[in-house]
Amino acid sequence: MSLINSVPEMVLTTKIDQLLNWTRKSSLWYMLFGLACCAIEMMQTGGPRSDLDRFGMAPRATPRASDLMIVAGTLTLKMALRTKILYEQMPDPKYVLSMGSCANCGGLFQLGYSVCDGVDKVIPVDVYVPGCPPRPEALTEGLMMLQDKMMQEKWLVRSESPASA
Amino acid sequence: MAGAFGVAGFGLAIDMDIQGIQKKLEATFGAAVGPVMEGSVENWIEVDPDKIDGVAEYLQSHPDFNYEVLTNLTGCDYPDKGHIQVVYSFVNYDSGSELTIKVNADREAPKVNTVMHVWAAADWLEREVFDLLGIDFIGHTDQRRILLPDDWVGNPLRKDYVEAPDYHGISTMRESLLSVDIPGRS
Ligand code: SF4
Repeated sequence: MSLINSVPEMVLTTKIDQLLNWTRKSSLWYMLFGLACCAIEMMQTGGPRSDLDRFGMAPRATPRASDLMIVAGTLTLKMALRTKILYEQMPDPKYVLSMGSCANCGGLFQLGYSVCDGVDKVIPVDVYVPGCPPRPEALTEGLMMLQDKMMQEKWLVRSESPASA
Repeated sequence: MAGAFGVAGFGLAIDMDIQGIQKKLEATFGAAVGPVMEGSVENWIEVDPDKIDGVAEYLQSHPDFNYEVLTNLTGCDYPDKGHIQVVYSFVNYDSGSELTIKVNADREAPKVNTVMHVWAAADWLEREVFDLLGIDFIGHTDQRRILLPDDWVGNPLRKDYVEAPDYHGISTMRESLLSVDIPGRS
């Protein structure tokens, strides 16, 4: 009682899990990963109008400092191998957002000999954002969905069996 | 260039020019230079693959021609004719004159002399043709693939190119767009 009386301005109660998730979702640093035209929309999303900074998101130039990979553009087979290496360099917990038709399924280049039709063939994807290209509003929604997903995570409980996870 | 596509005011003169150019080239290089070929868009001169470097140097340095810019160097596969064609486009910015030279390389073992010592721009363009069509540019100092990864098998712009089933474990099998079932459509 005496503690609460001594800090009367504000008291928050929360669960540890939620606090952890809330801090993580509010500082989602993303790796610059523009592969084609979608990258222009990603830059727009980072610009002042849709302003990713308000989610605590900041672009990073290296995978080792990133939490999120936004795959924005056409993934060629040559790049697919490098994408996998970059993904493996990111520290856990890490997330992947596939932006645009090309990253989702190869888009209009999917029958091309040099194109990997879908980034999920190489790395696991958390959120898919459809569109060619998705507008900044769509990418922002995708990122908010990812934040919702992050809030559902439980870090302090070990699941009993993989099936119930 | 044919009149309809020529630079305004130059059209006719350049059309006559190509005959003159061909005559001069033939006088210098003999049978290595073929006749002027008529195309629907432009006319061109065919040159032997082992003489193209000499012809290019001549066209670039001779004061009568002075084609100082190589605007394009590309290739095309013609399996039915048994050759792979390399296409050179030159421009002389002073007169606005454009010229197209084509070289037919044998499809089984395509070899063409490099022009990279005449125009440095030819370096990467020849690497691209080497990469996608598999033409061996004799004398090229750095002939590596430029777009595809180094361990790629085959030359994709050849008409008989067969795609490998996978690349480093990434399947390249793609569902045909026509075979996808769309719900509600019979
Ligand atoms: S989805 Fe469309 S906009 Fe995005 S990279 Fe592909 S072609 Fe470009």
